[in-house]
Amino acid sequence: MSEVIAYFPLIMKGMLLTVEVAVLSLLIAILLGMIGALAKLSKSRIAKSIAGTYTTVIRGIPDLVLMTLIFFGGQILVNDIGEKLGWDYIDVNPFIAGVLTIGFIFGAYFAESFRGGILAVSRGEIEAGYAFGMKPQQVFFRITLPAMVRHALPGFGNNWLVMVKTTALVSVIGLQDMVYNAGLAGGSTRKPFTFYCVVAFLFLVITGVSDVGLRWLDKRYSVGVRKA
Amino acid sequence: MAHATSIRYYCSDTLQQIRAARARLIAVLICIACAFISQAAAADWQQITIGTEGAYPPWNYFDKSGQLVGFEIELADDLCRRMNVECKFVTHKWRGIIKALNQGQYDAIMAAMSITAPRKKLVTFSRSYADTPNIFVVRKDNPIANFQSELAHLTLDDISPTEKAALDALINAFKGKVIGVQVATINQKFADAYLGEHAEIRIYDFQHTVDLELYQGRLDALLGGMAYWVPLIQSEQGKEYKIIGPQMTGGPFGKGIGVAVRKKDQELADLFSQAIEAAIHDGTLKKLAIKWFTFDASAPP
Amino acid sequence: MDFQVIIENLPLYFKGLQTTVVLVFASLAVGLCLAIPIALLATSKRKWLSAPPKAYIYFFRGTPLLVQMFMIYHGMGQFEVVRESFLWAVFQEAWACALVAFALNTAGYTGEILRGTIEQTPYGEVEAAKSVGMSKPLIYRRIILPSTFRRALPAYGNEVIFMLHGSSLAGLITIVDLFGAAKIVNARNFVPFESFITAGLFYLIITFLIVWGFKRAEHRWHAYLRPRES
Repeated sequence: MSEVIAYFPLIMKGMLLTVEVAVLSLLIAILLGMIGALAKLSKSRIAKSIAGTYTTVIRGIPDLVLMTLIFFGGQILVNDIGEKLGWDYIDVNPFIAGVLTIGFIFGAYFAESFRGGILAVSRGEIEAGYAFGMKPQQVFFRITLPAMVRHALPGFGNNWLVMVKTTALVSVIGLQDMVYNAGLAGGSTRKPFTFYCVVAFLFLVITGVSDVGLRWLDKRYSVGVRKA
Repeated sequence: MAHATSIRYYCSDTLQQIRAARARLIAVLICIACAFISQAAAADWQQITIGTEGAYPPWNYFDKSGQLVGFEIELADDLCRRMNVECKFVTHKWRGIIKALNQGQYDAIMAAMSITAPRKKLVTFSRSYADTPNIFVVRKDNPIANFQSELAHLTLDDISPTEKAALDALINAFKGKVIGVQVATINQKFADAYLGEHAEIRIYDFQHTVDLELYQGRLDALLGGMAYWVPLIQSEQGKEYKIIGPQMTGGPFGKGIGVAVRKKDQELADLFSQAIEAAIHDGTLKKLAIKWFTFDASAPP
Repeated sequence: MDFQVIIENLPLYFKGLQTTVVLVFASLAVGLCLAIPIALLATSKRKWLSAPPKAYIYFFRGTPLLVQMFMIYHGMGQFEVVRESFLWAVFQEAWACALVAFALNTAGYTGEILRGTIEQTPYGEVEAAKSVGMSKPLIYRRIILPSTFRRALPAYGNEVIFMLHGSSLAGLITIVDLFGAAKIVNARNFVPFESFITAGLFYLIITFLIVWGFKRAEHRWHAYLRPRES
C-alpha cells in the first residue's frame, strides 16, 4: 500500500496524459468521422470509394499494428523527406503519433455511426429547410447536424468508451500514459499486479464518469422526443 | 527509434523526462546560442565554442545551482588546456544540435554523441573519448552467475586469440539460455550476431521490462549498457543481481563517443584527437570517467 | 520499399500466422464455454446470483485488454504462492498467459452478448414451451439457448474480429504471433513499412474470411427470416 501512495503522483500524471490523448484523438476522430460520413453519403463515386476503403482497411487491421506502423514508419518517412529538404535528424513525437493514429482509427468507426445518424434524420425536416430557401451548408449545420446528434449518440458513446481503452496502446510507443507508468512503478517495486490493478480501476473511473456524461447528453438531445 | 544507434539507447525512461525538460529550456537556449554566433566565426582556434545539450546527466547537465556541469564539461576544460585554447560552452537542444553546428552557432559538439556512419556524413569526429561498456546481468541464484571470464574487458575490433577464446567461452556459457535485450539497440545487434544461434534472444521494447523479466526469472540473463545497469544493481532494486562476463566494447557495440566538428574543420578534429590521446595516456580521462560514472567509461587507447 | 526482406522472412510470418490462429481459436473456445454460465447466471432474477457475473462482465469490458494481459503476464509473478508452486510452470509461459487473458476477456464480452440476447428471447417461444409441459432445463436446452445462439450470431461475429485484432497484443509479451513476427523483422532489418504492412495484410485477409464465414452462417441459420424465394 505504501508503494501505491509513493507512486500515485506518477500514476496520476499518466492518467492525465491518457485523458489528454483520448480527448485530442476524439476531436480528430469526430472531424474525420464527419468527413467520412459525408463522403459515404455523397454522390461522388471517388469520395465514396475512398471513404469505403478507409473504413474497411482501418477496421480490418489491429489498432496495435496501425499504431506501430504509423509511429515507426512515420519516423522513417519524416526523415526521408527531411533529408531531401536538408533537415537534421528528427525524432517523431510519440504523443503526436499516438493521437493521430487513434484519431485516424476511430475516425473510421465514427464515420459509420455518423452516417447512421444522418440517415436517421427525417427527410421531411431537410426538405423543409430547402423549401425555406436555405443553402445546403445551412441545411447541414442548422438542421441535419443538430438532429443527427440524438441518433448518433449511442454509437458515439460506445466508440468513445472503446477509444479510452485503446489509448492504453500509446504506452507501447513509449508515451508515458498510466499504463506505461504502472509498468515503471511495478518494475521498480516488484509489484506489477498491484499497479496494473490500480490502472484498471482508474480506467473504470474514466468510463464511469463518461457514462454519466453520455447519459446527460442523451437526455439533453432527446428533449421533445417521447420515450416508451 | 529504429535508427537510434546512439549512446542514448539505454535510457529510454529517463530520456522521456529529459525531453520534457528540454522543451522548457528551448527559449532560454536560443537566446544564449545567438549571443555566441559572432564568436564562432573565428577560425584560428584561439577560442572554441562547444555546443552541448545540458540535459543529459552525468555527461552534461545543469546542477541545482544552475551551473553547467558533468563529465564532458570537466573533460573539455582539460582538453582545451592541452590544446592551449580558450573554450566556452553553449547549450542547444538535442534535436538540431548538428544543424546548429553546421550553421556556425558553435565549433564543436560534446554531447554524448556516438560516432555513427549516418552522422559521419554530416560532421567530422575526433577519436573517441568515451565508450560505455556493455555487460551481462544475471540473478545471483541462477547457476549461470558462477561463470568466470578470463578477460575483464573485451574489445570486439581486431579480435586476438585470447579474446577469441574468452568470447567462445562466453557464448558457450549461454548455450540454451534465454537472454533479454532492448529492441533496436547495439545490445540486440550483438546478441543477434554472436548468440542468436546458441541462445534464445528475447527482444523487449523497454529496459524496465527486461529488468522485471530477469527479476521474475523468465530470463537467464540480460545484456545492456553499464551506464543504465550499474546504478540499478547498486540500488535496492538490483540487490538480487550480479554482473558476469567481460565488459564489452567495439565491433557491433560501435565506435564510442567523440567530439563532432564541421566537415571542413579536420584540423580541429585532429587537435581534439591529440588532446584526448594525451588525456588517456596520463590517466586523466579514466579518473574523470570513474568520478562521473562510478566505472571506467573512458575510451580504450 | 524492400520486399526482398519480407520474402526472406515469409516462413516467420507463416509461423506467426499459425500462432495467431491457434491462439484466437483456443481463446474463443475457452471463452465461449465460460460465457454461457456467466450469461445464464447474469440473467438470473436472484440478485446474489446475477451480481458476480455482472461485475465480471463490467470489469472485463471496462478495462483495456492490454492491462488485463499485463496483470496476468507481469502480475502473476508478483506472488510467492504462484512463483513457488506448479502454477509458475504455467504462468512462466507467455502463450499460457496470453491464452488465459484473452479467454477471460472474450468470456466477458461474449457473456454480455448472450445475456442481452437471452433477455430478448420472445416470450411467446418460452410460453409455448411451457404450455407443452417442458421442464425449465429442457426449455433452456431446446428453446432459449438455440434461439439465443442464432440471434447472437452477428454480434458474436464482431467479437471474433475483435479477438483476432486483440490477439496482436500477444506480440508484446515475446510471443511470435503475426504482430510479433513483424516486430522481429523490423527489429532486425529496420523496415517498419514493409514489416507491419505485411502483418496488416494478413490480418485484413483473416478479417475478411471471418466476415465471409459469418455471412454464410447467418445465411444458413437465419434462413427462416429470409423472404421466400420464388
